[in-house]
Amino acid sequence: MTKIMTNNQISEELKNMRACSSEVPCIVISCGTCGEARGALKVVESFKDEIKRQFVGESRRLAPTLRITGCHGFCQVEPNIIIEPKGIFYVKLKPEDVKEIITETIINNKIVDRLSYVDPITGKKIAYEKDIPFYKSQQRLISGNNCKIDPTSIDDYICIGGYKALAKALSTMTPEDIIADIKKSGLRGRGGAGFPTGRKWELCRKAVSGKQLAVSETQKPESLNLAYIICNADEGDPGAYMDRSLLEGNPHSVLEGMIIGAYAIGAKKGGQHHSQGIVYVRNEYPLAVKNINIAIEQAKEYGFLGEDILGSGFDFDIQITKGAGAFVCGEETALILSIEGKKGMPKQRPPYPVQKGVWGKPTNINNVETWANVPSIINNGAEWYSKIGTDKSKGTKIFSLVGKINNTGLVEVPMGISLRKIVYDIGGGIPEGKEFKAVQTGGPSGGCIPKELLDLPVDYEKLAEVGSIMGSGGMIVMDENTCMVDIAKYFMNFLRDESCGKCLSCREGTSRMYEILTDITEARATMEALDLLEELAGVVKDASMCGLGQTAGNPVLSTLRYFRDEYIAHIRDKRCPAGVCKDLITYSIDAELCTGCMACVKICPQEAITGKKKEPHKLEQDKCIKCGACKDICKFNAVKVK
Amino acid sequence: MQIDNIIQKHKTQKEALIPILQDIQVELNWLPPEAIKEVAQKLAIPLIDVYGVASFYRAFSLKPRGKHIITVCLGTACHVRGGARIVAEVSRKLNIEPDETTEDMQFTLETVNCLGCCAIGPVVVIDGEYYGGVTSSKVNSIISKYRK
Repeated sequence: MTKIMTNNQISEELKNMRACSSEVPCIVISCGTCGEARGALKVVESFKDEIKRQFVGESRRLAPTLRITGCHGFCQVEPNIIIEPKGIFYVKLKPEDVKEIITETIINNKIVDRLSYVDPITGKKIAYEKDIPFYKSQQRLISGNNCKIDPTSIDDYICIGGYKALAKALSTMTPEDIIADIKKSGLRGRGGAGFPTGRKWELCRKAVSGKQLAVSETQKPESLNLAYIICNADEGDPGAYMDRSLLEGNPHSVLEGMIIGAYAIGAKKGGQHHSQGIVYVRNEYPLAVKNINIAIEQAKEYGFLGEDILGSGFDFDIQITKGAGAFVCGEETALILSIEGKKGMPKQRPPYPVQKGVWGKPTNINNVETWANVPSIINNGAEWYSKIGTDKSKGTKIFSLVGKINNTGLVEVPMGISLRKIVYDIGGGIPEGKEFKAVQTGGPSGGCIPKELLDLPVDYEKLAEVGSIMGSGGMIVMDENTCMVDIAKYFMNFLRDESCGKCLSCREGTSRMYEILTDITEARATMEALDLLEELAGVVKDASMCGLGQTAGNPVLSTLRYFRDEYIAHIRDKRCPAGVCKDLITYSIDAELCTGCMACVKICPQEAITGKKKEPHKLEQDKCIKCGACKDICKFNAVKVK
Repeated sequence: MQIDNIIQKHKTQKEALIPILQDIQVELNWLPPEAIKEVAQKLAIPLIDVYGVASFYRAFSLKPRGKHIITVCLGTACHVRGGARIVAEVSRKLNIEPDETTEDMQFTLETVNCLGCCAIGPVVVIDGEYYGGVTSSKVNSIISKYRK
């Protein structure tokens, strides 16, 4: 492959490539980490074998093609496939199902009913992807391309219009034009805080130009006008994985956004064009690291990275830095220190990274999803983009809808959509007919939003108003069996563990709050504990330096605000209404529901359950360690927790 | 010698400290004190700073780890589906606490804050193999696959 030097060459290249729409069907298999964990790769192997077996000799030209893609978002039904061009959708596949799919659907043109998706609400089977409610209410501008491309193929990306935005930006726009467009689009940072992206770029560009003035004085151009362009892929919020999915499923869109950003921030007409890109990615995401590595190599080969990109005289390169498992490194100043090989302890701002970042150079850090938004803004224009969303929050946002929800997965929706739409129309409601209790947004810095606020339009401002935050987009749904005190304790344990320890308020405050919450869940607390918790949460918020500490009180404050009665039940009545806190619950067997199947007798590690076959079993309380094994195994709902 | 090669691969650069330690951990499964000393010496970084970095980041282990690494996910989605009960059960079955290794050096129990496969939670990963929808009653059969 020779380097592509001009805009026209991209179009030429497109023509030369294999046709995007082929006459034979294409089987699209979702193979992100979540798909792989559910056995998608075995299904892929099975398809390869079966196609080889069934299409021999003359018929080989009719053989369907396979497209192995990243995550399609509907993780609940993986491994799933889409058979194009018709869009037939099969779910929860096993290698054994493959033969039937090839014979019935590919050769005989029939739908295999038993593999179709069943709507959890209506109980109806749905054969085509376009009719599935989970996808219907979404607007998948960024994540939708995941199922259209093989993430390890740059040609696939170019086929769907990839790198067109880069060509447009480099050949028809000045850096100032681009920044003006991004500002006008209203795009805000998707990593959590929601800082306007265009403004950040502008500030960084100013800092770089300031340095460039100094160039003539010192005559050292190479070192002085360097800017670092960073993609923050240290996705640490538990329960959020949209960045992993984008890096795994469409890494070139992130790279394209970064290259455009680097040009807008670092390039100067007639001057030195020099900036360095870094993707800082979590070590826990091996497939994302692999795919972004492949993408960088391919982009270099095609001349989208390196020297004189598309003949514009602009140079830019991207390297990867792997994180080492510290949540706080998602914070900009900590991330910078980690890149420099030091402990990731946040620093006081200002100076902001845009002024003084990696090795003291101007550094622009944006989140994965933010970068992935850039090409579509350049392609379709700022005006188009700013029509999506609400007054102050533009565009779409990818949320990971997880926890006690029927349709677990990644959902991309326009800003301003109501929580109810997300949970019920897209998420399909709560499993097993249980009652919705809360949705937790914003990770450990966020809060829990109760049932009464389900009609809340989701955007940066509204979430903050109710005591939570947008964060990176985790949405954890909780039902009647989730204890809100336990959730607050869970997050406080997380924060106490991840606090870097620099600020006393955060280091000690999170630990003390965790102790108080533990006391509450273990029946040792008095009502005064609640006041103390509120006071501590306030102090930690006011006296800590970085975002981790400043928001550390949120999980406690929001649960106290909306679920105070649960705290009171724990303290005053020594009771956990949700049946979670071990010290406040007992397990028992309902003699009427127990069929005497012996399953729990066999599984109990303490031999606490006794009984004969076909007779109701008995549980001895003093032997019970409340491990829950009996409840997990009972098919008759006879094990009760109170 | 191994460690020397790793340091050379990163051109003995100070800023490559974290990647160097990561590579050593991949090679040896933990960071022995001698390795930390050698890195400090060769990169000319004070020992306390190397130790500081090694102890700051979760990914590094300063204790030898077992042949099989059992990682239980404690992300929020796994937590609301009973992740903590899974940790307790593995802990009880192997008689070790998180971040400890069995006496026969077969198993190390670790927890992780989120693996991003929330749809199949609670998740347990053993030596890179994912197990989804784990219940405390399934723990025994999963672990026994790896017993010698």
